[in-house]
Formats: sequence, structure tokens, C-alpha cells
Amino acid sequence: MAELNRPFAPGTYPVVIVGSGPGGLQLSYFLRRLGIGHAVISSDEAPGGMFRHFPLFERLITWSKRHTPVPLNSRPYDWYDWNSLLADDPSHRVLVPDFMDGTSIFPSRQEMERGIAAFAERNRLDVRYGCRWVATRRHNDGFTLETTDGEYHCRVVVFAVGVAEPWKPEIPGIEHVPHYVEMRPAREYAGKRVFIIGKRNSAFELADALHPWAKQIIMASPRPVVFSLYNRSPAASVRARYVIPYEDHLFGGGTFALDAAIDRLERHADGWRIFATGTTHPVAFTFEADVLVAATGFTTPLADLRALGLKTFSHDRIPSLTPFWESATVPGVYFGGTASMGAVGLRKYGLGSLSGGVAGFRHNMRILALHLAQTYFGVDVPKRELRPDEVVPFLLAEANGAPELWNQRAYLARVVSVQPDARVFDEGVLPLQYFLDSSGPDAVAITVETDDHGEHRPAAYVRQRGAINEVVLPGDPLLNFDGQEHHARLAEVVRPLLPPASL
Amino acid sequence: MIERSDIVDTLAGLALFADLTRPQLEAVAHTFEEEWFNEDQRILRQGLAGSAFYVILEGEVAVKIDGERRSTLGRGDFFGEVSVLLGGPPTADVVAARAVRCLVLSGPEVEGLLMTYPRVMFRMLQAQARRLQQANRWRS
Repeated sequence: MAELNRPFAPGTYPVVIVGSGPGGLQLSYFLRRLGIGHAVISSDEAPGGMFRHFPLFERLITWSKRHTPVPLNSRPYDWYDWNSLLADDPSHRVLVPDFMDGTSIFPSRQEMERGIAAFAERNRLDVRYGCRWVATRRHNDGFTLETTDGEYHCRVVVFAVGVAEPWKPEIPGIEHVPHYVEMRPAREYAGKRVFIIGKRNSAFELADALHPWAKQIIMASPRPVVFSLYNRSPAASVRARYVIPYEDHLFGGGTFALDAAIDRLERHADGWRIFATGTTHPVAFTFEADVLVAATGFTTPLADLRALGLKTFSHDRIPSLTPFWESATVPGVYFGGTASMGAVGLRKYGLGSLSGGVAGFRHNMRILALHLAQTYFGVDVPKRELRPDEVVPFLLAEANGAPELWNQRAYLARVVSVQPDARVFDEGVLPLQYFLDSSGPDAVAITVETDDHGEHRPAAYVRQRGAINEVVLPGDPLLNFDGQEHHARLAEVVRPLLPPASL
Repeated sequence: MIERSDIVDTLAGLALFADLTRPQLEAVAHTFEEEWFNEDQRILRQGLAGSAFYVILEGEVAVKIDGERRSTLGRGDFFGEVSVLLGGPPTADVVAARAVRCLVLSGPEVEGLLMTYPRVMFRMLQAQARRLQQANRWRS
């Protein structure tokens, strides 16, 4: 690419985004809408991030439905399409279903990649490709990023670098074991005995892909398999699409899903020997395999950020973040895209956020753009004023159809404030944790939650004179939260905040 | 930086998990999530349903009821189990008194853990009995 045509030459920018996957592109789109100058740099050569490579064998595990109860160009549609990036203007929208062949609600990797690239192209989102972030320095007024193209200076930096760097646990002998990312086409495993370390989605993706080829597949990890059918979480469980290898395990068809801690691994001339100890049942195992692969997950490429004081969790793989996705320990460093999962939220009833996927983090990026604009650059976005009698219908409509509240249950919430002069304002969609842990005027936040019986219900959090009261509204078999009972109950909840007789 | 093996070693040193074999500890380490909380961050919220069970690996937390500090918990201590076992919201806030690293198990998974590892249940019962004894002494 000719140097003259490359955008964002090294220099000084208000914000620098590192990464050209869906997280970086989504944030760039919303920052531009708010008029915040920024540069986007990426070590890749094209947009798409992890979807340029993964998933290796399968379709995505997130749906994009074309035929839905709501119009394609409406806001509620985004709940039925977890993979398309968000746009404020209908002419900016690019729907992943437009790139799908209609044989599945789950796009293939290529379909997803094309959808992201089309979003970047239609919205003319510039990226300086082939520019790798190498090192980071912190100053009083911001940061300097050293890159392969030169130095970038900025007040705020957002790393949307994915959580896609191969990660392997400490097991003696694992250093020679190929990772999931190194797998070759499935047919190359014809007639082989394949041993997969791991029993989460990437392990099951391999098992599913190799099923027609391998003569034996063993998956092993210490913890029993947790399917989304069991824990109802789309985030921290094996999705039902991968149930077939597990059924094969249950029927004794040659696939095994074992609960075992791997003690050590030995490579020999013809393959591998795996020594393990059963966890659910205390058995000493020795396995022989032709192929051994570590489907043990991924980590965030943090380069030298730990040296700046960045704290991490989940075995040093994920940065610890505030509810607005800022490093909990290095102010001014933010994370976008998949790494926004570092702001864990409340995990109510064990249900984590969907920030690890496009479905969740696209909403995070819209909120982050506004947060950066307001916090660092003094952008004043007018709030919509509501009449008191609009509050209940507005909040219930959000619980019924806001994609933010459904994709990010108990994580994002629609907030309405009541000012001391009794004027009522829509404060927008905010992280629920931020609302609960911050002070402010009387207000009500509504979100959608899924309880430990699997029932989806709206939950209202009422802040009155600084104290928070949680009120869980009734559920509904058809998920209609707009009935008389809901109106009456929510009116009862918000009435004390509003002027007398205003409802 | 904490590796899974370090967590297994840490768990082995905690009274709650003292009776488990190494493979069982590995399974427990894979069952819990690890989280890190900065000083002053709220971990458990008084009155909010759907909370989880926490075991402190590093650091210290303050237990507060209606804003008043009632006790302090440190490495090896656990909290959140009462609301999970009784199915109600926590009756106290738990706030990081300094940076805290915890293992977290969602409420719905706690029963499974205790039924799978009865010795963990016994150790938890012992700890609860001690807390009750201490509370009774404090009252008398």
C-alpha cells in the first residue's frame, strides 16, 4: 500500500484505537458520530479481527436471523441479529444476514468477515493497517504508543486487540503441543486417534469437525462439561450446537468427554502419551494418541501494559476494568471489543455478560464512545426530557425490546432520572453496576434478568435519596412485559419519585 | 500473574478445601471463576438478589451493614454463602478494603459443589459454627 494513501500517520491524536476487529471499528464509528478525533491502527492487513481466522471449522455460535417478529431496520431487530455492528443511521447499517446463504441462522466465518468488512467500507472507517503497536509509555497528559510506523501520542488509548492470543495452562510437556489455532483441515485427521485438552466451545468445535474423520476423539479437562442448556448462559458454557459429540460420548460411539486433570504429556515417535487423573472418578489414566491438541482458550495480548501497573484476572488473561471499560489501575487506558469482558458486572444468578462477543460489546462500544466524549472532550449530548406519564411505558418498552438490555442482561440498563426540580430525563443506557455504585439524583434503572429458574423478567432498581431498592417485575411466558400487571407494578415503584398525581 | 497451578496450590492451603485431593482441587479451580477487585469496590451488594459465593485468595474485605463496618475478612475466608444457601439477597455489603483477588462461584452452582465434595460442606459448616459461636459470645 502506497504510504501516501495510508491514513493516520504517526503523530498526536485525541484518542488512539488499537485494533481493526469489530470492537475497534464499532468504537471508531461512534466516536466519529460524536466528532471525536481519533486514529485507528492495526497490525492486520484488513478489517475483521479474529473473524479473519476463527472459528477454524465451524460457523459462529451466535445467531443472525433474517425473519423476525420486528422490522429489519428497527432497533429491537438487533436482538435477533447478534453479529451485525450497530449504526445510528439506517443508511449506515450493514446486516450480516445480507451475506449469509440462508441455510443456517449461524453465519460462517467467511460470511461474518464479509459483513464486518462491508461495515468498514460503507461507513468509510479508516484504519492504518500493517501498523503494529510495540510499546507503551505513560505521561502526565496521556500516552505514547511506539509502533512499527512510528510514535503516536494521545490522551486516551483504547486497546481493541481481541482475546485471541493462544493460551495454554502449565502442564509438563505442553510446550510442544499444538494449540487449536494450529489445526489443519479436518480430512488430514482421517483414521487418527485425537486427544483434545479442554471441554469448552473450541474443544467441542474441533470434536464436531473431526467427528467424520478421526477414529477416536477424547476430550479431557478437570471440570465436567457445562452446556448452555443446563446453566442457561450463552457466555460461559458449551452451546447446544455442539451437543452431537457429547451425545456420541453418552452412547459410547467412540468420542469421549472425560473429567480428568492432565498430569504430564510425553511425545514419542508415533504420537503422544497422556498421563491424567480422573476428577469426578479417581482413576489414573494413560492415553495413547496420534494427535494431541490444546483447546485451552485464549488470552489478551497485553504487551508491556502490565509494566504500567495493569492488573489482570482469570489467570492473567483478562484486564481488570471499571464499569466503563477503563483499566482499574491505569487511568486513561481503555479496552474495547472482546477484552471489554474485563468489566465483569454483577453476574446475577451466575449469568455473565455477552461482552466477550460482538452481540454484547457492540453496545459497550456505543456507551464507551459517549463516555469518552463527555469525560475527556466536554461533549454535551442533550438528554431527552420525559413527561412523568411517559416514564412507565418508556421503561417497559425498553424491557420488552431494547437489544442492549437483552444482549447484556443485568449488565446494561436504561436509566431515567428525576431531578430536584422534578424534571424527568432519559439518561440513556448505562452499565448497571455503575448505576448501583454511584450516587446521583433519584432515578430508576430497568434491565432484563434471567433468574436461577431460567425465567426472564424485567428488574427495576430505584434510587431514592441515595438508597437503592431492587424490584423484580413478573415474567411472561411469551416475554411480553407490557401488560396491565407490569404497568401497575412499575407505576407503584416509580410513583414515589415523581410529582404527586403525575402518573 | 496467577497461573492455574498457583490457584491449586493456594486452594490446597485453605481450610475450606484442605481435604481435597490434587485432581479434585484442579476440578474446583476450573469450576470457580477468578476475579480481581480494586480497593473500595463493592463485591456483594446488600439487598440485591442473585449473588454468588466468594473465596478470598489475596487481600481483605470489609463487611458492612447499612454502611456500618461489622467485620473484616481475609485470605481463606469466604462470603456470600448465606444468601446463596437461603435463596435471599445478602444482608450486608462486602467491599474490598484493599485490592482483593477472589474465586467466585455463581449461586446456582454452589449446591452442586457442596454435594460433590461433602468434606467442603463439612468445613463450611465448621466455619459457620465458629461464626455463630463468636456472634453469640459478642451478644452475651
